[in-house]
Amino acid sequence: MERYRIVFSGSGGQGVITASIILAEAAAIYEGLNAVQSQSYGAEARGGSTRADVIISDREIRFPKVNQPNILVCLTQQAFNKFSGSIRPGGLLLTDSHFVQLERKVDARQVELPMYQSVIKAMDKPTALNMCMLGAMLSLVPLVKTESIMKVLNEKTPATFLGMNKDAFEIGRKLVVEAGIEPQELA
Amino acid sequence: MSVREYLRERFMPHLWCPGCGHGIIMNNLIRAIESLGIKKNDIVMVTGIGCSSRISGYLDFHTLHTLHGRALAFATGVKLARPELKIIVPMGDGDAIAIGGNHFIHAARRNIDITAIIMNNRVYGMTGGQFSPLSGYGTLATTAPYGNIYEAFDTVELARGAGASFVARTTTYHVRSMKEIIEKAIMHKGFSVVEILSQCPTYFGRKNKRGDAVEMLKYLKESTAPIGSERKRKNPALIERGIFVEEDRPEYCAEYEKIVEKAQKG
Amino acid sequence: MSKKTLFLQGNEACVEGALYAGLDFFAGYPITPSTEIAEMLSMRLPKKGGKFIQMEDEIASMCAIIGASLTGHKSMTATSGPGFSLKQEAIGYAVMAEVPCVVVDVQRGGPSTGMPTKVSQGDVMQTRWGTHGDHAIITLTASNHQDLFAITVEAFNLSETYRTPVILLLDEVIAHMREKLVIPEKGEIPLVERLWTSVKEGTDYHPYLPREDGRLPMSDFGGVHRYNVTGLVHDMWGFPSEDPRIAYGLMRHLVDKIEGHVKEMTHVKEYYLDDADVVLISYGSSARSALHLVENRRARGERLGLLELQTLWPFPAEAVRKSCERAEYVIVVEMNMGQVTEEVRKVVHDHETVFLANRIDGTFISPTDIRNILRVVQGKGV
Repeated sequence: MERYRIVFSGSGGQGVITASIILAEAAAIYEGLNAVQSQSYGAEARGGSTRADVIISDREIRFPKVNQPNILVCLTQQAFNKFSGSIRPGGLLLTDSHFVQLERKVDARQVELPMYQSVIKAMDKPTALNMCMLGAMLSLVPLVKTESIMKVLNEKTPATFLGMNKDAFEIGRKLVVEAGIEPQELA
Repeated sequence: MSVREYLRERFMPHLWCPGCGHGIIMNNLIRAIESLGIKKNDIVMVTGIGCSSRISGYLDFHTLHTLHGRALAFATGVKLARPELKIIVPMGDGDAIAIGGNHFIHAARRNIDITAIIMNNRVYGMTGGQFSPLSGYGTLATTAPYGNIYEAFDTVELARGAGASFVARTTTYHVRSMKEIIEKAIMHKGFSVVEILSQCPTYFGRKNKRGDAVEMLKYLKESTAPIGSERKRKNPALIERGIFVEEDRPEYCAEYEKIVEKAQKG
Repeated sequence: MSKKTLFLQGNEACVEGALYAGLDFFAGYPITPSTEIAEMLSMRLPKKGGKFIQMEDEIASMCAIIGASLTGHKSMTATSGPGFSLKQEAIGYAVMAEVPCVVVDVQRGGPSTGMPTKVSQGDVMQTRWGTHGDHAIITLTASNHQDLFAITVEAFNLSETYRTPVILLLDEVIAHMREKLVIPEKGEIPLVERLWTSVKEGTDYHPYLPREDGRLPMSDFGGVHRYNVTGLVHDMWGFPSEDPRIAYGLMRHLVDKIEGHVKEMTHVKEYYLDDADVVLISYGSSARSALHLVENRRARGERLGLLELQTLWPFPAEAVRKSCERAEYVIVVEMNMGQVTEEVRKVVHDHETVFLANRIDGTFISPTDIRNILRVVQGKGV
C-alpha cells in the first residue's frame, strides 16, 4: 500500500474530526496499518472552518501533517475555496453538492454527491452527515474495510446513535454505487 | 503529657521577639491538642512564610514549612491524599489573606477539613514592618510612611462569605477562650478558620505608638467584646470575638469518597 | 494481538503511562493544550481509588502534588506555558525539599499567552532555569506515543530514584495528534517504588542525610517519623540553617545527585548515524519531521543521520559529542530560537559546524523546511 494523505474539511459541528478519528482508528487497530490523525485548531476554527488530517500507510509515519492530500473532502464552500488548491495531482476531490459550488477545476478526479440532502431525506436531520461522507469516500477509495469501520462504531458510538450512524454510512455507499462511479486507484 | 513534649527543644530558642503574641498562640495550640488527646503522628502542621510560619519548625508533628501564601494549597494535597490526618495551618495575616488570599477563599469554598489559624498582628514582621491587608486605614508602616489608605479585610466576613463552615475570632489576651476555640476548630469537620488578634510590639506597636506588649494586650482586651454582648451593644465600634459560624456541611474529602464510589460502580 | 492497543492523543498516552507508573494523585488547572490530561484523569483516577483535584490555580496545583507526594503518593500535575511559569516557585521548592513528583508541560507558542493552540518548543530553557537559584533538573521528552508512554514511566522512576521533580516536556503536536499505542504488560517496564527508610520507630531518623549512594530514604507524613520539610537551606533534620558548611553540602548534594548520573539518565535514539555526513539533532515532534527527511534522503543515497534526544536535562553532552564526531554539518531542528542548538555548540568539537533549522511562527516544522535550511548550509542555494 502507498501512503494515503487525507483531509476532511468543513465547518464546526459537521463531525469531520470525528469521521477522521474513526477512519484512522479503523486502519490502525483493525487493519494492522499505521495511521496518524491530527486536526488544526486556532485561526481556522475561529473562521468557522474545521480541518482534520489523516495519514494511512503500511510503513512508519513520521511527519504527521498533510501538505498535499490525495483525498480531499470539502463539506463547505469556504473549505473548498481554502483547500482545493492543495490537492495532489491525480487525487480525489469529494464535495457535497448542497454546500459546495465547484467554482474551479482542480487536477484531480472530482466527485460531487448529494450527501446532505440524502441524509436529510432519510433522517430529517444532518447529524450523521459525517458518516455518510465516510461511507461515500470509502466506496470511492476502499482504504479500509467496512467491517473495520463498523467495529470502531460499535465500540465508540453511544447506543442511541449507533443505528443512525450505520444507516448514514450505508446511504453514502449507495450514493456512489447508484451513481455508477467506479472505485479508483489513486495516483 | 507536658507542653515540653510537643516542642522540638533542639531548635530553641525560637526567633520571635520579646513580647510577640505568637508564643502565646503556640502555647494554647499545644494545650488544645493535648487536651483533645490527638497523637502527634496524626497531625500535619503546614505553614507558609513569615514570623508565624516558623511555628511548624518548633513543634513535634509532621511539619511542612512551605512558600509564602501557599500553605493551604500544600495542605490540601496532604489532606486529600491522607484524609485521616489532622491538618493544622497557622498563617500570618499577609500570608493568609494577601499573597494566599486565593487559596484561602477556595479552601473555604471546598470546605476541606483543615484548621486555618490566622495569627493576625496586622503587619509583615519578618520583612521589617510593612502594612498588611489587616493593618487598617490610617495605620503607619514602613511602606505607608504617610498613612495606610487601605481598609482592612474583615477576616470573619471573608471566611464566612467564602464558605468556611467554622469561623471564630479571639485574641492573645483571651487565652482560655483561645484554647477552647482552637479545640472546637480542630474537631470541626470542615474548613475551620480561627482569627487570633495578636501583638507585634516591635513593628506595628512601635510604628503606631501602641506601647509595649502589655499595653497592646490591654488594647486587645478593651477593643473587643463577646458576640452579642452588652458591651458590644453599648459600643458598636468594639470588635466581636467568639464563634461566628459553626455549621455541619458536606466536607470535601468525604464528598470525594462519594465520587470514588460512583466511578467504581459505573 | 493480546496486548491492549489504543488509538489516542499524546496527552492520553501520557496519562496511560502515568497510570502504569502508579500515579495516584493529580492536581491541575485547565490550560490549552494540556487540558485533556486533567479531563482524562478526572475520569480514570477515581476508578482506581486515586485522587484528582482541580485546584484554584496553577500554583496551588503544584503545591498540592508536593503535599500529596510527602504522604507517599506518586503525584503529577500538567500544564502549558503560562501555567508552567506560575509553577516555577513551587518546582524550586520540590527541588530543595527533594520531593518526587512529575510536572508535564505541553508547550505552546509564547512568550506570555502567545499562541495557545499552536506548537512551539520554547520552554526548553525554562525547564532548566525557570525556578530561581542554582539547581539541577531532569527534563524528558518523546516524539511518538509509544515512546511517550515509556518516557512518562521513566519520569516517575527518575523522580523516585533521585527524589526530585521531573519535567515531562511535550508539545502541542504530540499532545493532540492521534496514533497507535500498545500498552505494555504489567512488569514489562520496571517501576521504581519509593525508597522507605528502614529506621525503626523511636530511633532518630534523619530525613536529609543521604546514604552512601546519594539516595535519601523517605518516611511518609502520617508515618512513625516526624520531621520538618522546608524550602530553606536545611540540615539533616530538615531544620533551617545558615551554616556555610551545611549550605555548601546541600547545594553540592542537590546538583551532584543529578549531574553525577547523566549517563544513567541519558535517553537518546540514533538513526543512521554510523556513516552520516550530516547529523540532525532533534527532539519532541520536530524529531518526526527530521526523521522523515532523513529517511527520504537516505533513499536517494544521501548520508543523513538523526540523533533524537529524549533526555534534554541533564544535557546528554557525551552522546551529542560522539554523534557529531565525524559530521560535516550538524543541524539542530527545533521550534524555538536555538535553545538546544546553543547547548550542542558548547559540546561539539567545532561549533561552526552547528546550524539551526527552526520555525517560530506557530507552524509545525516540516521536512521541507529542514531541507531548505540544509541546502543553504551546503551551499546548494534555496
